[in-house]
Parts: sequence; structure tokens; C-alpha cells
Amino acid sequence: MNNTTNNKKENFEPRIIAFVCQWCTYTGADLAGTSRIQYAPNVRIIKLPCTGRIDVHFILKAFEQGADGVIVSGCHPGDCHYTSGNYYARRRFEMFKKMMGFLGIDDKRLQFAWVSAAEGRKWGTLVDEVTNNVRALGPFEDYKSLKIFQAE
Amino acid sequence: MARIGVFVCWCGENIARTVDVVKVAEAMKSIQGVIVSLDYKYMCSDPGQKIIKEAIVNERLTGVVVALCSPLMHEKTFRTAAKEAGLNPFLLEVANIREHCSWVHEDKNEGTKKAIEITRSVVERVKQNHELQNITVPITNRALVIGGGIAGIQAALDIANGGHQVVMVERTPSIGGHMAGLSETFPTLDCSQCILTPRMVEVARHPNIKLYTYSEVESVHGFVGNFKVKIRKKARSVDINVCTGCGICQEKCPQKKIPSEFECGTGFRKAIYIPFPQAVPNKPVIDREHCTYFTKGKCKLCEKVCGPKAIRYDQVDEYVEEDVGAIVVATGYEVITSEKFPEYGAGRFKDVINGLQFERLASASGPTEGRIVRPSDGKEPETIVFIACAGSRDPAKGIPYCSKICCMYTAKHAMLYRHKIHHGKAYVFYMDIRSAGKGYDEFVRRAIEQDGALYVRGRVSRIYEKTVNGQKKLIVKGADTILNKAMEIEADMVVLATAVTPSPGAAQLAQKVGTPYNEYEFFSEAHPKLRPVESNTAGVFLAGSAQSPKDIPESVSDASAAASKVQILFSKKELERDPYVSVVNTDKCFGCFSCEAVCPYRAITREEIKNRKGEVVRMVAQINKGLCQGCGGCISICRAKACDLIGYTDEQIWAQIHSYPADPIDPTEENGHE
Ligand SMILES: Cc1cc2nc3c(=O)[nH]c(=O)nc-3n(C[C@H](O)[C@H](O)[C@H](O)COP(=O)(O)OP(=O)(O)OC[C@H]3O[C@@H](n4cnc5c(N)ncnc54)[C@H](O)[C@@H]3O)c2cc1C
Repeated sequence: MNNTTNNKKENFEPRIIAFVCQWCTYTGADLAGTSRIQYAPNVRIIKLPCTGRIDVHFILKAFEQGADGVIVSGCHPGDCHYTSGNYYARRRFEMFKKMMGFLGIDDKRLQFAWVSAAEGRKWGTLVDEVTNNVRALGPFEDYKSLKIFQAE
Repeated sequence: MARIGVFVCWCGENIARTVDVVKVAEAMKSIQGVIVSLDYKYMCSDPGQKIIKEAIVNERLTGVVVALCSPLMHEKTFRTAAKEAGLNPFLLEVANIREHCSWVHEDKNEGTKKAIEITRSVVERVKQNHELQNITVPITNRALVIGGGIAGIQAALDIANGGHQVVMVERTPSIGGHMAGLSETFPTLDCSQCILTPRMVEVARHPNIKLYTYSEVESVHGFVGNFKVKIRKKARSVDINVCTGCGICQEKCPQKKIPSEFECGTGFRKAIYIPFPQAVPNKPVIDREHCTYFTKGKCKLCEKVCGPKAIRYDQVDEYVEEDVGAIVVATGYEVITSEKFPEYGAGRFKDVINGLQFERLASASGPTEGRIVRPSDGKEPETIVFIACAGSRDPAKGIPYCSKICCMYTAKHAMLYRHKIHHGKAYVFYMDIRSAGKGYDEFVRRAIEQDGALYVRGRVSRIYEKTVNGQKKLIVKGADTILNKAMEIEADMVVLATAVTPSPGAAQLAQKVGTPYNEYEFFSEAHPKLRPVESNTAGVFLAGSAQSPKDIPESVSDASAAASKVQILFSKKELERDPYVSVVNTDKCFGCFSCEAVCPYRAITREEIKNRKGEVVRMVAQINKGLCQGCGGCISICRAKACDLIGYTDEQIWAQIHSYPADPIDPTEENGHE
């Protein structure tokens, strides 16, 4: 694994992976496009049917692959296309965040959000905010120093 | 070995201005398995599609990535093209480099870098794609309509006239719902029964409609196109196939003083009764709670007088099962009980009634034959006060929503009262007048301007009884918020426009049918604007005031809309849908059934795994493809990692995550990464 680039802290550009649901946030990000809303180019979107599909393993995998921050975003409470997936997701990520804190990882690296299909602007702002927050935190190297990871 | 083709679109200037598309196409060539990678000005054009099709054939591609606009835009277009070239359409994926990239980033260097990464991640995903087929499920062309109010009646007739079979289940002894009890209806003031009863009769006579009255839905199993419904026919104590509906039993029954449900307590009925003269079916039912035979063990007068011998004291509840392909929920509404208004003395003062009771008093077929009189002494009220928003828009009463119909029927009530008692005074206390609708505002104006209803903007704080000059009066204390002064009216009668709520048991029914409802227990639509009569459960539709307070015109148009949705479903023999459903690896599943708890569609079934001797050794989860909507909730909850979602498998997602490496690509370097 080559992480020399990330070590150059001065022009550090965070890598953010966003897991979004196809009904609300993915479409909201589309709207940001159609509305030509400019935002930080640091985010990479992975589309899923519902935030309820998102396994915490995906987030771990993303960090393991060198993501400095992760966004999980879906429909607003009550708006889930599948009625309740976003509630399960929220609970799961609240738990996961606590665990991150326990491990000593700054929980600002994981952002949970609701962005509807009508909120192109909100999507742009969310990406900018997370990018700035994570930029301030610096590259996420703690994960790589974990024993399990070094064993690989 | 994968043979992937990548096709990068310029979209004229839309992508090419901020993304170096040539570089993107170039960068893809270095990825393992990519056989062709090219760019073109307009991929969606005919020549563009032709390039893709030819490459599929000539290069024997096993996967295609098109890098262009959002998949919501053109995924279908390109998948159809792939199919035409002989490639399974699910082996084509879209990389969104327009909405998610070129349109949101000005810096071409950054844009190009991001576009390369997006496209590469989709290439990695496609390598994990499998050929998929749309799922087809057979459809039973028969509909269940739950609730026989005007909404259910309209839906049933439309579907039946469309040539399909309908099973209608109504909980009370007759169809008709609330409309059967209304006097005259806004905004035209035509007599409710005159427009309703012919339709009730049509339902009973229709060769395509099977009617179950005094019956309830016991359980619903299955999925769109294939529901199995268990219906409980409650014991009527009368064989309706033998009964001629002559009514002699009702006439002779000695139990006289039972408050009639149909008359909303303004009149009485017997223990064996036909709910109202135009009831459909026009057959009686025995109210076992009040029947002397059932309570005291003797009487049997009805049996003695019944000519055709139709009385069955030993009848028991009967269960029947019906197969249907679609369900229309039309269970209607109720109004909150007056007891919720101690400040208005409702329940204590006989002359404080609700709107439905007023309808019965004003109805020509009602207990007073249309004479508006005080329930306490049968005298005509000289002054009457109508209170709108009794409970509605009142978070303190738990009902923050507007009941929508009350402004209109209160205007109607004031009007009917003034038509009958010319010298009487009709006050209406209101918060706002909501009368949007064709001819509606004109109707309210007529009540005020022509019929002289006295509208007071403000709320009533208290009502109490007082004897004035030997006459019993209701003192109505309130405030006129326009004149900013306190008001006190000596009224003879008060009518509360009590808030509209769902019919009792709506939530339990929703759970049986497996469809969502809101916090007030109104049934929820799939989308408030674009799918207003569909529920989120495939094959379940909504009609009328079961969904939210609605007047008759709205209930009817919704019902027709729901009926047309049902007929669209029935227009095909089989139902085709996308193949994104969950699957269970039964070797891994250890039967914790956590998936069952999170599945919003009840798509998880329990299956027995047997050994060679045929003994059940364990239970595993199975997924019903017809019911599963592919949300993937079961997967993330599964501790055994036994579930996966076709089309969004762990492999596909991991491939995408893996493709975003720790070391970003610098497009200024030759050939990018890998
Ligand atoms: C005082 C008053 C005056 C009104 N005046 C007018 C007017 O002038 N003009 C106008 O347009 N509208 C008027 N309305 C509104 C009108 O009553 C409704 O719009 C209409 O009745 C709605 O029809 P529906 O079929 O949705 O519901 P409902 O009439 O409530 O019918 C629902 C039916 O479903 C049955 N049901 C319920 N639950 C179940 C179950 N679980 N299983 C089986 N069956 C079940 C019920 O028994 C009932 O027969 C008035 C309403 C009130 C309260």
C-alpha cells in the first residue's frame, strides 16, 4: 500500500466516499448537477437502493481503502421508499459512531445525513462541510496503524 | 475473462468542457479486462448507440460501461441498445460523469481526475455483474375491495364494468357507508340517497361483484397478483339466501329502544333489524347483545313470524378464502366522539350534537322526517350555533390536521336550517373558511349572503345550560376575534363539526394487508403527488377517506383512479419487474430470522430443511421474489452473511470501494493509475 501522497499534509486533499440511496440522495446529487451547484470534488458516490442496505463493513472497507471520510446519506425520516430502511440505517450508524469514538477515531470522519431528491443545494453544502472538516482533521492514518491491517 | 467496453460521452460541451473525455477513455484502456474504450460526441444519438452495438458484437463484449449523464436519464436507452446487440441488459452500467462531475466542478484537472475514478469504479463493478432476467409473476385478475362506502362502491363498479371480478367486504350489515346517512350534499344540495342508492343496487346486482356484508378481512397472505384473503362472515342469525326481506320480524320484535347506529343515536331500532330502508342487502341481522332470546333464552318471536323460515339462532361465524390479484382499501372515516369536548358539554347536554346527527335530523328519511328539532324536547330551535373545527387543527386534542369537509358541511347545515326555519338564527363559529373546490366558495357565500348564516370568526370557550324565562337554553361563550369582543349566545341547539379520523381498526387492517399508515392511522400513499392512490405495497391501492379526510367528489375520483390502476395491473397476464431482489444462501442461514423483523414487505418466509429421513433439522429464511422490493435491509441485519441483493451484491459494492485507492490518480501523469 502506497500512502506517500497522503503524508504530504500541506496540500492534503481528503478522499470522501459517500454511500447514498438511489431514491433521495442520489437524485438530490443529480439535482445539484442540473442546477450547476459547485462543490468540492473530493467525494466519490456509491449508489445503493437504500441506506438500510449499507453494511458497516462497507464503511470499514472504505476507510481501509484509504478514505479519509465517509458520508452515509438517504431519505428524510418518514420518506424512505422502503418505509423504514433509513431508520435502521440511522440506528446502525449511531452505534457505529460510538464504536469509532471508543477506538479513538474522530467521529467527524463519518457523517450521516438526510438529503432528499429536492435538496441539490444541501448535497453540495454537505460535501463541502465534510470535506472541510476532514481536511482539518488531516489524513486518516490511524486505521492503517491498526494491527489487523498491518498483518495483511 | 471479462471483455469490457467503455464508452465516454462528450454530451456536446456538457461533459467535455470540464472533463477531458479523451483522457478518460484513454485511462480506461489500462484497466485489466477493458477491450475497447472510446469517446464520442453524443453517445445517446443513433450513431452513438450504433458504435456501442457494433463493439458488443465485434469485440464479443461481456460488459459495457457508458460514462455520461445520470442513469436516471438514459440507463434504459443504453440497456435496450445492449439487448438489441445480444448482450444481457444488466451487464451494462452507467458511470455518472455529468450530473455528479462535469456540471459541479469547474476545474478541468479535478473534473477529469474524478471522471476517471468514477468510470473506473463502474468498470470494476461491471466485472462483478451477472446476467439477470426480469422477474415475471402471474396475476389473478380479481380484486378485493375492503369497505362499501361510496369510495369502495365506485372502485368496485369501475373494476367490475371493466370486465374483472370483484370481491367486496363490508363490515356492517349494509353497504353505503356514511353517504347513506347524509341528507343533502354540498355543493349542489342533491339528495344523498337519490344519488347513492342506485349504485348500491348496482353493486348487489352486478354479475362480476361478489358481496360479503357483515364480514371482515381476517388475514391477507401473498403478494401482488397473488393474494390469498381469509374473510370472516359474521353470524347474522339470518339465512340471507332464504330471507325475502319482508321485514315482519323487525316489525314484531319487542326490543324497541336500541339506539340505531345508522341514525347516529337520534333514533331507535329493534334487536332484529334492517339498518335502513334502502339497505343492500335488504336483509335483517340479529343484534345478539340486545336480543331477548340470546340474553334471556326465550322469545323467538321473529322465528315464529318468519314466513320463509330464515332465522338461524345457531348460525356461527364462517370463514371463506378468496384469491385476488389486487386490493383496494376503502375503509373510510369516523368522527371523534363528542365526549372529547367536556367544555362544550357534549355527552351531557342532549342538545349538543355532532354533524352526522344533524344530517339525520335534516334528512327526509330520518327519525324526524326532516324536521330539525331539539333532541331534548322536540321543539324547533330558534337559535342554533355551529362550531367548526371541533377537534380539528387542535394539537391539544391530538389532531393538528384540517378535516377538510367541515367548512363545507357546516355551511350546508346552516343553509338547510335556514331553509327549514326561516326566522331562526344560525351562528357559525369558525377559524378560517376553507372552501377551495369547484363551486365551493360560491356555496359558502350563498349560505352567508342569501341564507343569512351569521359567521363569527373565533372560538367557543365554553357551553353551559341555563333556564331563561322558563326555557332551557345553551349559553355559548366565545370570542369574535375580528371585532375583538366577547360573545355570549343563548342557543337552543349546538352542532359540533367534530374532527374526521380513520375508521376504527384501520391500523390493524393495515397490518393485515401489510401496508403503511401514518401516526393518525390514515393509510399512506406511495407518493403524495405522483402515486396518490397506490400504497407502498405493490398491488394494494387506496380509495376515499381511509387515506385522509375527503368529500364525496374526491372520494369518487380517487376510487376511479384506484380502479384504473387495478385495471392496468390486470391488463397483463403476467407482471414483469426488475430483478433486484434479495436471495438467501440457505447453507449459511442459521435461522435467526432477524431479516423477518426488518423486512417491510413480509417477503421472508420460513422454510424447513429436512434430512434424508424427512425430519425437519432446521429452519431457514427464504425470500418471496414477488413480495421483495429489493431494499436490502435483510442483508445488513444478517449476522450469518447469508443474504445478498441481486444487482447490488457485496461483490459489486466491494469492487467499487476497492477501485477508490488510497493513492489518487493524477491525470497529468501518463495513463493514470494501475
Ligand atoms: C356531517 C357530515 C356531512 C357531510 N356532507 C357531505 C356533503 O354534503 N358532500 C360531500 O361531498 N361530502 C360530505 N361529507 C363527507 C362524506 O361523508 C365522505 O366524503 C364519504 O362518505 C367518504 O366515503 P368513503 O367511502 O371514503 O368512506 P365511508 O363513507 O366512511 O365508507 C367506508 C365504509 O367502509 C366500511 N369499513 C370500515 N372499516 C372496514 C373494515 N375494516 N372492513 C370492512 N369494511 C370496513 C364502513 O363500514 C363503511 O361502510 C360529509 C361528512 C360528514 C361527517
